[in-house]
Amino acid sequence: MARRRDLPLERDGTGRFLPWLIALMVYLACLALAGAVMLNEASARWQSGLTGTMTVQIPAPNSDRAGEHPTLVAAVLDVLNNTPGIREAQPLSHEKVIALIEPWLGQGNVANDLPIPVLIDIQLHDDPDSGTAIDTVALAIQLEQVAPGTRLDDHEIWISRMLRLSRTISAIATAIVILIGVAAAATVVFATRTGLAVHQGVIEVLHIIGARDIYIARQFQVRALSLALRGGLLGLGLAALTLALLAGVAGQLEGPLLPHFTLTPYLWGGLAALPLAAALIATLTARITVVRTLSRLP
Amino acid sequence: MLRFQNVGLRYGLGPEVLRDVNLHLAPGSFHFLTGPSGAGKSSLLKLMYLGLHPSRGNISMFNQDIATIDQAELPGLRRRVGVVFQNFRLLDHLSTLDNVALPLRIAGAKEGTVREHVAELLSWVGLGNHLDVHPPTLSDGEKQRVAIARAVIGRPSLLLADEPTGSVDLEQGLRIMHLFEQLNKIGTTVVIATHDRGLIKRFSHPVLKLERGKLKINRRLGQHKSAQDKPESSKDAQNNGPEDLRADPLKQISTGDAVDGSSS
Ligand SMILES: Nc1ncnc2c1ncn2[C@@H]1O[C@H](COP(=O)(O)OP(=O)(O)OP(=O)(O)O)[C@@H](O)[C@H]1O
Ligand SMILES: [Mg+2]
Repeated sequence: MARRRDLPLERDGTGRFLPWLIALMVYLACLALAGAVMLNEASARWQSGLTGTMTVQIPAPNSDRAGEHPTLVAAVLDVLNNTPGIREAQPLSHEKVIALIEPWLGQGNVANDLPIPVLIDIQLHDDPDSGTAIDTVALAIQLEQVAPGTRLDDHEIWISRMLRLSRTISAIATAIVILIGVAAAATVVFATRTGLAVHQGVIEVLHIIGARDIYIARQFQVRALSLALRGGLLGLGLAALTLALLAGVAGQLEGPLLPHFTLTPYLWGGLAALPLAAALIATLTARITVVRTLSRLP
Repeated sequence: MLRFQNVGLRYGLGPEVLRDVNLHLAPGSFHFLTGPSGAGKSSLLKLMYLGLHPSRGNISMFNQDIATIDQAELPGLRRRVGVVFQNFRLLDHLSTLDNVALPLRIAGAKEGTVREHVAELLSWVGLGNHLDVHPPTLSDGEKQRVAIARAVIGRPSLLLADEPTGSVDLEQGLRIMHLFEQLNKIGTTVVIATHDRGLIKRFSHPVLKLERGKLKINRRLGQHKSAQDKPESSKDAQNNGPEDLRADPLKQISTGDAVDGSSS
């Protein structure tokens, strides 16, 4: 039955604009989805890299009291190592700290007499539920007493801000994809109504001969499916090219703070679903539009 | 079969083009419908093939009230009605053969037999050489015959023909009438709208007369079915070409069960 073509739907011009519009919409939806997925993955990676760690920063000593500094560091380490819940506390070597600063000041530009704080990297016990949760406020106060000016950073604020950002962007991307879906449906409604008007005479004859509404709707449906699928695949292809290009450019720019621009199979699956979703929306929309219009015939 | 009770029809907000139409078509009856141009013949047929809702009154068809029937049953009723439109209404993008095959295919007939049936019927109406051409290239008379073939291919229970002989010569016209009478013999109820008094005189069927939207039924005296006309139409047909034109045209029309399917 699907091959029945009593309506000359190929000739009404819908085929000329619908695939391009669907292609554009699927393209934009692909980019929105890819952006959201990659950001989510990056923030998940950052988060897992940062949870279970804390950093203590002991300010650089004033030059007149430099002699006391090693004892301060030792005292801080002593406090940390005696705090239940902390697995390990390791001061970063001077070279490592300099390496962290270098990207901002340029290689070899870090002056020898630059006051450089001591950074202590803390690894917590893996299982936070084992009754060894750390009271960070108490610990911070304790450290302040041992070495004034010492700061304890558990990355909480940073992580929570980053999560909020990535959630917001995800929500926006989801909204964009939904809006694009609505726009696609509206486009198909418009195209289908045009088709119904163009073929009104033929439809009337089919109706009088005894064609059921779904018989006529099916022809519009099949047509919309094929046009939307064609457009959707084109949009997906263009989006894939764009993303591959972006991944290539971003790959040359290795940096610890950049989200890894990787196209995971999970992401590809999501992208491939978009043309299918477009085809589904087009099919259903065409069907509903035709059946609703025809139900008004006598 | 078909019953109209106090039916009135107006287009939009215009005047009533049909008024107080009461009529009952018995199963197997054969009627002419006549009246001056603009009297409402086509409009009345339109109501009969359920192409319009009446503005008032009741229509029942095959013993079912059209106003209260389940919408889903209407296509089934429509498939039992064959219509020859005054302006043919062929589908220009389909070949002659596909146009005539349409009712069978819509009713879900098996594709294997469709082509054969349709080709036979088309050659019976003299269009055997035009199976694959499209309507725009046909003459009006040829289009009319395609339209008639499309109306009868499914062996309808009710055949409504609007000026079915208006565009063909007398000989073809009689041939077409012969076809309708054959159909009528096997039980099809027939209504033929025509201006052609000569045609009406040749046959002794009752005449429905429309005048300014009002219907008058002229029962005619001594109604002898079509027996007396048959030799005439057969004689005419005999002179016409190589095929045996007296052959029962209905042999070519697919059997009722082929189109009875409610699948679509
Ligand atoms: N679609 C329409 N919209 C408005 N008025 C219409 C419509 N169709 C027919 N009419 C009007 O209804 C009246 C009857 O028209 P109809 O076509 O039924 O007449 P008819 O008897 O078939 O005429 P003819 O012999 O010329 O075919 C006419 O006055 C016509 O103008
Ligand atoms: Mg008319």
